[in-house]
Amino acid sequence: MAFGFNNVKIEEATTMIKVGLIGAGKMGISHLSILGAHPDVEIVGVSDTSKLVLDVLKKYSGFKVFSDYSKMLDEVKPEAVVVAVPTKFHTIINKTLLSKGIHVFSEKPLALKAEEGEELVRLAKEKGLVTQVGYHNKFIGTFMEAKRLINGGHIGDIFHFTGESYGPVVVKNKQNNWRADPEEGGGCLMDYAAHVIDLINYVIGPIERVSGAKLESYYSRNVEDGVYSLLELASGVGGVLSVNWSDETYRKMSTSVTALGSKGKIICDATEIKVYFKSSDVPGGYTKGWTIKHINDFAVPVDFYLRGEEYSAQIDYFIKSIQKVVPNDINTFETAWQTDRVISLIKNCAKK
Amino acid sequence: MDRILFGDNQFFGVNHASDEKSRAQAIRFKDDSSIIRTLGYAQEAGINTFMCTTHDRISGICDYIRGNPDKYQGFKIYPCMPYAHKYANAVTELGIVGTLKEYVPGNFFGSIFKGGVAFVSKDYLSMMELLIDAEMKMFKGISTPVIFLQNVVTDLLLGLGMKEVLKSFYDYVAKKYNAEAGFITMNLPKLLSVLNSVGIENPIVCASINSAGFRMSGGKELYEQTLKQGKARVIAMQVLSGGAVSAKEAIEYVCNLPNIESILFGASSRGNINETASLIRQFDRTTELSESK
Ligand SMILES: NC(=O)c1ccc[n+]([C@@H]2O[C@H](COP(=O)([O-])OP(=O)(O)OC[C@H]3O[C@@H](n4cnc5c(N)ncnc54)[C@H](O)[C@@H]3O)[C@@H](O)[C@H]2O)c1
Repeated sequence: MAFGFNNVKIEEATTMIKVGLIGAGKMGISHLSILGAHPDVEIVGVSDTSKLVLDVLKKYSGFKVFSDYSKMLDEVKPEAVVVAVPTKFHTIINKTLLSKGIHVFSEKPLALKAEEGEELVRLAKEKGLVTQVGYHNKFIGTFMEAKRLINGGHIGDIFHFTGESYGPVVVKNKQNNWRADPEEGGGCLMDYAAHVIDLINYVIGPIERVSGAKLESYYSRNVEDGVYSLLELASGVGGVLSVNWSDETYRKMSTSVTALGSKGKIICDATEIKVYFKSSDVPGGYTKGWTIKHINDFAVPVDFYLRGEEYSAQIDYFIKSIQKVVPNDINTFETAWQTDRVISLIKNCAKK
Repeated sequence: MDRILFGDNQFFGVNHASDEKSRAQAIRFKDDSSIIRTLGYAQEAGINTFMCTTHDRISGICDYIRGNPDKYQGFKIYPCMPYAHKYANAVTELGIVGTLKEYVPGNFFGSIFKGGVAFVSKDYLSMMELLIDAEMKMFKGISTPVIFLQNVVTDLLLGLGMKEVLKSFYDYVAKKYNAEAGFITMNLPKLLSVLNSVGIENPIVCASINSAGFRMSGGKELYEQTLKQGKARVIAMQVLSGGAVSAKEAIEYVCNLPNIESILFGASSRGNINETASLIRQFDRTTELSESK
């Protein structure tokens, strides 16, 4: 049985999609496993520059493997490709794929520099291709509910919002990989804060101005470990961004948003949503005062679970977008490009 | 396997329903003595199997168990490996090769990685065996009749179609530890057909099973059908998860399902441990009665 996004039952989709993967690292392997279990996906090739990774995938999974992705594109002709290489390679690879008429799911952030996104967005539009970026929080039920409540005006006019994320990525003075290099897309801003910015854009409203920003390093030499910023939406509503990837009191990345409005307040993370209503004028399922709901109440059922419903749901959404079963309007290159532009505003503001 | 198994999520701040509760639990179980005390409550409630992650902190608990054999007569541990966060964090920092160098014991890598020499199949699997040995070290001298592969790894391999690796885990655990392999999964129906296809009959499998259908990939009905076939020794976990049902209703649902050999749960307080254990026993009795009629 197939379920569409939001748990709407849809017609059984039958077209098989030929999918390739470029970059089988931490993120790529997880995508590959989810793709491997997807009933409408045929994995036609995997490309990585690591011999060890390719060797293991060939030996035990039987995938066709390529150390050069161009060769993969020519030889096995995927209709869609999932890109999970270090960020500095996103643009060049995504551009190649779109030029060849291939649908793209790219890992976040879209590009190293905000300027790069524009051409990609245009190219995808011209060619009518499906694009998606791996901002998986949008597929988490609690955040979806927060968006519904805010967009529906249920908490009234927003006075103020906060977006936060904390986790234990760099907790000592030792890091020598691409994450520690600003030229490769390393740093807390691109790696962690990007998720929160993207979520604010989606759940609360598009960020238009950055009126203050501070990037701080605690352990890293070349990149920031903390990002603090004052944000402003198009509507003039202000908010605070607080992100830190050097906080070992968190077992794993933990992201949350809060919004205070004229009719109530929302505090939301990936596991629960707490909503406060000032009066009895509340949407169904809520009451005056506090209501707490758990992810269990909202979890999107998936056919294969690896590490959170949202990871399976986003890949499923990508495949269904190609099959034209869903509209491809969540996490497009366009919205990811908006996020890149906010990242760049924060960078510029911090330099001042 | 015993009917009731005691889990360890509550000890390490893993609470799927709430980040806030996770933090509270991490604070509550800061000291080994608080974990040992809670294990004692479980024992008093007649539970003698502790199913736990190969988290660094478990090694302190193992020391205590070894040091107090009288207190732990007949007590068993079912280790669940690997403690994935450890490796995931290492891969972030050191890369895949760096992580293997760090964690695979001995100088296995000295030779293999020099000059990018080609690998042979056997090396990957013996690498896995060395990793298993490293994770098993802390349990030396403690009865570990079932050794589990954590769901992140089981399900990763499942999606990647790496059946042979699942089979190797099964074989190695039997050969080296005289134990039976168990597989934790969020994809019970899919996993069973794959394990069957590599000749693993009647495997021990631990999966989310609850009346709300939470984390039951493919749906509750499919799980119920799969259980009816009775081709696995199933441990139900996350039985209390999801929905607004009471603990009583949740446990009644699981106790009434066919072919569930054990139920795994974790709790922090003596009251909750006793309540859950007695609910399971109560519904087991009613099921038995109605079946013998
Ligand atoms: N959505 C998320 O939550 C999330 C989490 C982690 C990473 N990411 C993103 O995913 C991307 C990859 O991150 P990762 O953590 O998996 O990194 P990683 O270093 O583990 O993996 C990158 C992989 O790409 C391979 N690679 C490098 N250059 C290549 C090329 N030219 N062709 C083919 N393969 C190449 C490397 O060998 C490696 O296996 C990054 O953009 C990162 O920002 C997203």
